[in-house]
Amino acid sequence: MTQDITPITMPKFGLAMTEGKIAGWMVSPDSDIKTGDELVDIETSKITNTFESPVTGRLRRQVASNGEMLPVGALIGVVADAAVTDADIDAFITRFQADFAASSTDQGADAKTDEPTTLTVGGHTLRVHDRGEGDEIPLLLIHGFGGDLKNWMLNQAALAQGRRVIAFDLPGHGGSSKDVGPGTLAFFAEVTVQLLAELGLTRVHVMGHSLGGGIALTLAHVAPQSVASLTLIAPAGLGPQINMDFITGFIEADRVRTLQDVLKYLVHDKTLIGRRMADDVLRYKRLDGAEAALRKVSAACFPNGRQGDDLRPVLEATRIPVTLVWGQEDEILPVAQSEGLPAGIVRHILPDIGHMPQLEAADTLNGLVTTCMKDASLEKTAS
Amino acid sequence: MSKKSFRQAINEALRQEMRRDPTVVLMGEDVAGGRGGSAGIKDAWGGVLGVTRGLLEEFGDSRVLDTPITEASYIGAAAGAAVTGLRPVAELMFVDFVGCCLDQIMNQAAKFRYMFGGKARTPLVIRAMYGAGFNAAAQHSQALYPLFTHIPGLKVVIPSSPYEAKGLLISAIRDDDPVIFLENKVMYDDEEDVPDEAYTIPLGEANLTREGTDVTIVAFGRMVGYANQAADRLEKKGISCTVIDPRTTSPLDGETILESVAETGRLVIVDESSPRCNMATDIAALVAEEAFDTLRAPIRRVVPPHTPVPFATVLETLYLPSVEKIEAAVTATMKHRVVEKV
Repeated sequence: MTQDITPITMPKFGLAMTEGKIAGWMVSPDSDIKTGDELVDIETSKITNTFESPVTGRLRRQVASNGEMLPVGALIGVVADAAVTDADIDAFITRFQADFAASSTDQGADAKTDEPTTLTVGGHTLRVHDRGEGDEIPLLLIHGFGGDLKNWMLNQAALAQGRRVIAFDLPGHGGSSKDVGPGTLAFFAEVTVQLLAELGLTRVHVMGHSLGGGIALTLAHVAPQSVASLTLIAPAGLGPQINMDFITGFIEADRVRTLQDVLKYLVHDKTLIGRRMADDVLRYKRLDGAEAALRKVSAACFPNGRQGDDLRPVLEATRIPVTLVWGQEDEILPVAQSEGLPAGIVRHILPDIGHMPQLEAADTLNGLVTTCMKDASLEKTAS
Repeated sequence: MSKKSFRQAINEALRQEMRRDPTVVLMGEDVAGGRGGSAGIKDAWGGVLGVTRGLLEEFGDSRVLDTPITEASYIGAAAGAAVTGLRPVAELMFVDFVGCCLDQIMNQAAKFRYMFGGKARTPLVIRAMYGAGFNAAAQHSQALYPLFTHIPGLKVVIPSSPYEAKGLLISAIRDDDPVIFLENKVMYDDEEDVPDEAYTIPLGEANLTREGTDVTIVAFGRMVGYANQAADRLEKKGISCTVIDPRTTSPLDGETILESVAETGRLVIVDESSPRCNMATDIAALVAEEAFDTLRAPIRRVVPPHTPVPFATVLETLYLPSVEKIEAAVTATMKHRVVEKV
C-alpha cells in the first residue's frame, strides 16, 4: 500500500537554496498532522523558515534528525496512515534513498561504454573509437579531408565482428586537437605511427579514404612492416587533379545552407546530404582552430589547386596487398586516377556512386574490405 | 566533449574568452561574491545562481568587478569601457532590472556606432536572466527580449541549450556591437554534450532542431525544448513538425522561417514573453506580409496572457506556454480547411 505513504523532502525556499539544515522538528514521531500544520524549522544560508505539512496523516518517521544538513529533495520524514505497516515504511525509505542516491550521483561512474575516448599521442589529443575484439589482425580506419571518425558510421560496427576496428580523428579534425604541424601527408602518417604504438599494435589492416588514403599509402611507405593490407577508397596521390571548388567551399562555408550545397559534391545521390549532416560538420568547423587547420592542410597537400604528392611510385613498389575502390561518379577525385596501375592491385569501380562509397555503398564496401583482409591473411599463410 | 550544464557552458565560455583575450572583463552585482561579502568570503557563489563561480579566483578582482547595486552606473561604465577598448561582459542579474538602466543601453550603447558615424565600436555584452517558472514573482520573471529587439543597434541572443549557450556567448563576446544575452533561469541545470574547446555559433542564423512537413513551429529559448517535446507527441499522431530556434531575435533569420512556412503552409509561434508586440506578433506580421499565399491555415500563437507573471505556482504554470498548449495549437492549425475561392 505504498500509495498511502507520503515522503516529506527538503524544500527549496529561495532561488539559490541547494541545501538546508533541520533546525528543529516541531512535531514528534507518530503524531497526527493536518495539511498546513507547522512541521519542522529549516535553516538555509539566508533564513530559517517553518515548513508546513503538505498532507494530512501521521508522521511515522523523522528520517532526518535535528542539526542534519541535507540537499534539496532529500528525504526528511515520512507521513502515512496508521494502517500502513512498519515494514512497508522501511521498504519505502530504502527505495526512496536508493533512487535519490542514483539521481544525485554523476552518471560518469558507469562501466565502459562503446564511446570514443581521447588519447594523447606525440603532443596531440586524438579522439579514438576502438570497437570490437577478436584474434584477427585489427583494422585501422583513416578518414579524409574535413572528415572524422563518424564517416565510418555504416562500416565500423559491421566490420568489428570478431576483430578490433579502430577509427580516429586526424589532428585538426573532429574531436582531436587542432594543431596540424606542417599539414602534410608525412605528418599525418607519423601521427598514425605514434597512435599504433600508443595502442600497442604492431600490425594492422588499413582502410583510408581520400586524403586518408594518401596517408595510408604514406604509412605503407614509411612503416611497411605494420601494414597487413591496404584498402584505398578514392585515395589522394594518384593524380594531380582535385575539385578545389569542394575544398575551398568546404573551408569557407559558415552557414548550413552554403555548406549543404558544398557537401553535395561528395555523393552521387544528393538526397543523402540533409540539413543534419551540414549541422554536424558545422559543429566541427566552428571550433576554434578548425578552419585554420583545414587551410593549412589544403595549402600543404593541394598547392596551386593541384595535388602535390605523387604516390603512384609507392603503390607500384609496395608488396602489401592492395584493394582500390572508386565511385564511378566521384566529383572530388576523378575515377580516371584509378587507371594505369599494376595488375596485382584489386580494383573495384562502383557504378552510380560518388566520392563516399563508405556511405553510399556501405555493404559493398564492407564486403570488399573483408575480402581484402582475408586474402591478405591467406597470402601470408601461403608464403 | 562531455556533459555540461547550461550554467557550466556559460561559465566555460566566459573563462575561455577571458584566457584568450585580456580585454574581456566581467562586471556586475555579485559576479564575484554573493555570500558573506562583509565577512570577506569572496567568490563564494559567483552570482546569485553560481554562473560566474571560480572566475574571480583565476582572473582576480581587476577583471572580475563586483559593482554596487546601481545598474545605471555600472552598465554605463561597461558601455564606456567598451567604446574605449575593453570587451566588458556586464551582468544585469534579473533582466527586469533593466528598468534602472535603460537609458545607458537604449540611448548610449545602442547608438554609439550610429551617432559617431561608424567610428566607434561597442563590443559590450550584457548578460541577464529571464523567464517565468522559477517562482520568483512578477518583478523577477519577465521575458523582456521584445523590449531589446525593438531597439536598433542591439543584438539579442536567447540560447536554447547548453551547447547553444556556449557558442553563442563566445560569438557575442567577439562581436563588435552591443549584444544582450538572455539566459532562462530555469535552464541552468539542463545538461547536454558540449565541446571542451571554444567554438562560435554565428548570430543571425536560425537552427532547425527537427525537420517536418506539416507545420512549422518557431520557438525561443526554453520554449524550443517544449516545442520539440510537442513535436515528438504529434509525430505519434501522424503530424510532422519543423521546429525552428531563431537563436537571435535581432538579427532575425526571417529567411529560414519563410522558407519553412513555404514548405509546410502552417505556422505556430511559441513565445513566453508578454503577448502584445512580442516576437510572435513580429514573426506573424513577417509571414503574413511575405508568405501569405503559402499559408494553408491561420497563424497561431502560443503566448502567455497580458498580465504580470503570477507568483502562485498554479497560476504561474497556467501563465506559461506548455507542451500541451503547443500540441493543441498545432492540432488546431491542422484541422483548418482552406476554402478555395471560385
